[in-house]
Amino acid sequence: MKDDSALSTFLLQLVFLSFVSIGGINAAVPELHRQVVETNRWLSEQQFTDFFAIANAAPGPNLLIVTLIGYQLGGFVGALAATASLCTPTCLLTYFIAHAWERFKDAPLRIAIQAGLVPVTVGLVAATAYLIARTADQNPAAIAISAATAALAYFTRVHPLWAFAAAAALGFAGLV
Amino acid sequence: MPESPLAAAKPPVPTLGELFHGFLAIALTGFGGVLPWARIELVEKRRWLSGEQFAGDLALAQFLPGPNIVNLSILIGARFHGPLGAIVCTLGLIGAPVALMIVCGALYSRYSDVVWLRGSLAGLGAAAAGLLISLAAKLALPLLHGRRAPSLVFALITFVAVALARVPLYWVVALLAPVSIAVFWWRAK
Repeated sequence: MKDDSALSTFLLQLVFLSFVSIGGINAAVPELHRQVVETNRWLSEQQFTDFFAIANAAPGPNLLIVTLIGYQLGGFVGALAATASLCTPTCLLTYFIAHAWERFKDAPLRIAIQAGLVPVTVGLVAATAYLIARTADQNPAAIAISAATAALAYFTRVHPLWAFAAAAALGFAGLV
Repeated sequence: MPESPLAAAKPPVPTLGELFHGFLAIALTGFGGVLPWARIELVEKRRWLSGEQFAGDLALAQFLPGPNIVNLSILIGARFHGPLGAIVCTLGLIGAPVALMIVCGALYSRYSDVVWLRGSLAGLGAAAAGLLISLAAKLALPLLHGRRAPSLVFALITFVAVALARVPLYWVVALLAPVSIAVFWWRAK
């Protein structure tokens, strides 16, 4: 649709990204942002934040932000190729490691690896929160929505979908 | 193998079609992250896995890089039907959401300047930021208990390096993760 070389570069980046997204896709968002917004300028800050918001508000796994970026760079084919590039490498890894897993499940080294990766994941998710909030929270109303959603999700068992619906409604009414 | 009453009580192996539907249901009910829904659907409703099996699969799915829920769908599909099962589960999980995202992408590129849509997206973006903040806090909470001070230091270094200094993720993972793992390894002894 747009630029073939941009799409192929992006697809290659996703293959690498899939191997370092420890603790899920939210941990990989800062790197995605660095490459897509800062280094290559394929998307603006606003578009990136919009895509993140759409992928989170929609049903399904959070990795859908990659589908949206793929669509932006290469239309229908770009969307499918981006999703496949992110998922396929680690799907294969998972498939082939599954059998070996049972043997290593209780190995001390495995436990240390898993425990040792947690702090890194925490830092990465916090970095994602920072990057998204930086663009999304530019007025008092938006800051209030973020704070209310964070409190709701942290302290209650209310489904976050309600926060998304209320936030979209407030924005629709022109209040954000 | 002799028939034990426990084995007899076990539900039959789900067919490929059932697996597809199960993961489609997880995808379509899972707003803002699908893992909690996966447990409800797979363990509580359909009883394909015991709670223990689910916890084991989840631990592996989270241990490996990549989208956790996709890894989980591979593990469960492969257990019942090998490679074909893995593919069917993953397609069930991401097929419909990906189609929906393509529609959203098309609408976005055409209407992203429309005032009410801009407003709604601004609201959604703020809510998404809030959800992430709570997620980061929930993940960080266990690090605050007990003798976990080094963990907090590693989390903080990661945050500063990635969010503020904008160091590429590869460097952070390559340099920091081994040190963090080594510290855990050493302290566990």
